[in-house]
Amino acid sequence: MWIEIETPMLANELKKSFLASLWFMFLTFPIMVIRVNTVEKIIQWRWANLFFVGIGSFILSALWRYLIRRKEQGIHRTEVDGIARVTLSQRLLGDRRFTIPALIITTIAALVFPFVFSIYQTNIMITALIYVMLGLGLNIVVGLAGLLDLGYVAFYAVGAYSYALLNYHFGLGFWTVLGIGGGLAAMFGIILGFPVLRLRGDYLAIVTLGFGEIIRLILENWNAFSFGPSGIANIPRPGLFGIDLDIEQATIYVYFLMIAMTLFTIFVVNRLQNSRIGRAWIALREDEVACQSMGIDKRKTKLMAFALGATWAGFAGVVFAAKTTFINPASFTIWESINVLCVVVLGGMGSIVGVIVGAFILILLPEYLRFLSEYRMLAFGTVLVMMMVFRPGGIVETVRRTYQYKETDH
Amino acid sequence: MDMEPILNVKQLTMNFGGLRALDNVDLDVHQGEIVALIGPNGAGKTTFFNCITGIYDPSGGDVLISAPKKGKTQRINGLKPNRVTEKGLARTFQNIRLFHNMTVLENVMIGCHCRMKAGILGAVFRGVSTRREEKAVVQKSYSILEKIGLEKYVNDFAKNLPYGAQRRLEIARAMATDPFMLLLDEPAAGMNPHETQDLDALIIRIRENEGISILLIEHDMKLVMSLSDRIFVMDYGKKIAQGTPAEIRKNPAVIKAYLGEEIDA
Repeated sequence: MWIEIETPMLANELKKSFLASLWFMFLTFPIMVIRVNTVEKIIQWRWANLFFVGIGSFILSALWRYLIRRKEQGIHRTEVDGIARVTLSQRLLGDRRFTIPALIITTIAALVFPFVFSIYQTNIMITALIYVMLGLGLNIVVGLAGLLDLGYVAFYAVGAYSYALLNYHFGLGFWTVLGIGGGLAAMFGIILGFPVLRLRGDYLAIVTLGFGEIIRLILENWNAFSFGPSGIANIPRPGLFGIDLDIEQATIYVYFLMIAMTLFTIFVVNRLQNSRIGRAWIALREDEVACQSMGIDKRKTKLMAFALGATWAGFAGVVFAAKTTFINPASFTIWESINVLCVVVLGGMGSIVGVIVGAFILILLPEYLRFLSEYRMLAFGTVLVMMMVFRPGGIVETVRRTYQYKETDH
Repeated sequence: MDMEPILNVKQLTMNFGGLRALDNVDLDVHQGEIVALIGPNGAGKTTFFNCITGIYDPSGGDVLISAPKKGKTQRINGLKPNRVTEKGLARTFQNIRLFHNMTVLENVMIGCHCRMKAGILGAVFRGVSTRREEKAVVQKSYSILEKIGLEKYVNDFAKNLPYGAQRRLEIARAMATDPFMLLLDEPAAGMNPHETQDLDALIIRIRENEGISILLIEHDMKLVMSLSDRIFVMDYGKKIAQGTPAEIRKNPAVIKAYLGEEIDA
């Protein structure tokens, strides 16, 4: 779709891009053009590089300006027409002709995936599904209740270690600990929730960040309890009525287990979101003072968000421990929290479909960008920046539910 | 009056460090009354509201309520805002505080929150009682919107409403908490004369049809004089006058507070 830009404006924009490219050529001059050959003691002038930098930055800058302008015009048009902008994703999700075939294809793809692709691919898929679960859990805290939690990985660690330790000491099985792990994580959610009841925004983020680090440092240093940095090995895989499975079968089993658990998570989170409690969370996010004045118990609602968000991390942690059969504190660094937060923000805060799509993109993209070798993370970072500039609401923006009400006769 | 007041505030005092924002303020509202609280900017009117509704914990004095039909007098200062709302006092805000990214209907449904029961299990299993409750709340919220005249916006986001409609939505949301008394903080602020007239009619309708008593802070004197049964005047944290609109109009202390002292030449 081309947008008419008047000629003087176009010239102006091109001039700005030209200046940007000049500036870039100047900046990169010392590293891209001059090369000192220390062996032969001569200086090489690589003028061709200067030309490439100039052309490249000019094109990128012009493209950037064009996209920004297009976005602004879109916003402007919305304001003029007074019609709310409906994004492509929202239109697709609202259309049954799209959703039903999409659901069928997804189901078939999910069912045959482990039999078509290698064990390696299946393992990546399991990781992606674990992130879907973590993302959906964090979505309750961050997306719905608006509480920025940077220590979410702590609950993931609680789940993983509760399986590893309970199994090591008491020989408890996967299914028993799945419930215990979720419960323990919920308890830790409440423990974290109490001191931060009064905090919001940046202050809350810092305290939760600290909480995440505390848990990790305890696991790293309390050798008698958690075996320190060396971690716990030989954690049994989930059992299937006592049948012995080889590694390949076990992976496929864990894969389907994760599919089932993800579906369960989606079901519960969706129900919660569209309930009295979900509405209270959103109200809390929108305006805390008004929310309390409308009769919502802030303390109870916040603690519920923390506990119910943490529960899913606990479940995911148990599965993670069972899947990798080895855990140590290195798996639960702040980077994991950031990753899960990225899933939620990139996918679309408060949107279940968004979080699922976000998790797949965030886990699978770096995996399949491997052909870019050392530029992999650079490309990944660029995608993130572009997304946030052009789609700040996330890939799939959340749609508020409309309710059925009986029209009274007029 | 023979009946006990439904809201009885005795010697309410609020200190912020060394600043005394409220100084022994007395105020009472009887069932079915429309009472206005007026005063120059910074007189402490909103602080007074915040103390009654639990946003601030007052430094001294008593806030007593006696809900009609229940009859028992209760002391409510120090309670959390949500507990005050449960007791039947609902408020609106001077600077609009709607839930902007929720629909108009959802905003009103939030008001019903404290009269609902569904918990986590109810939400997940969505049993018969939960479904029935949800349905009832949707109906109730919709009928409140009809009473306030906002039904055409029902599925719009609150942030997209015209200004006057946003103010009315605040009233609708407060009414959804089933209050016996509404506290309106400058409901007409920023409204044009036509919208103000509608508001005047709406407030009277709320009193007549719903039997809800009203305490309002307002700067629009025309509205205050036409609506109120009684008026309380505050200045510098103190109550300086009370009485009917006619009495207040003639009160020298009030004229002094609003227009300044006459200088004898």
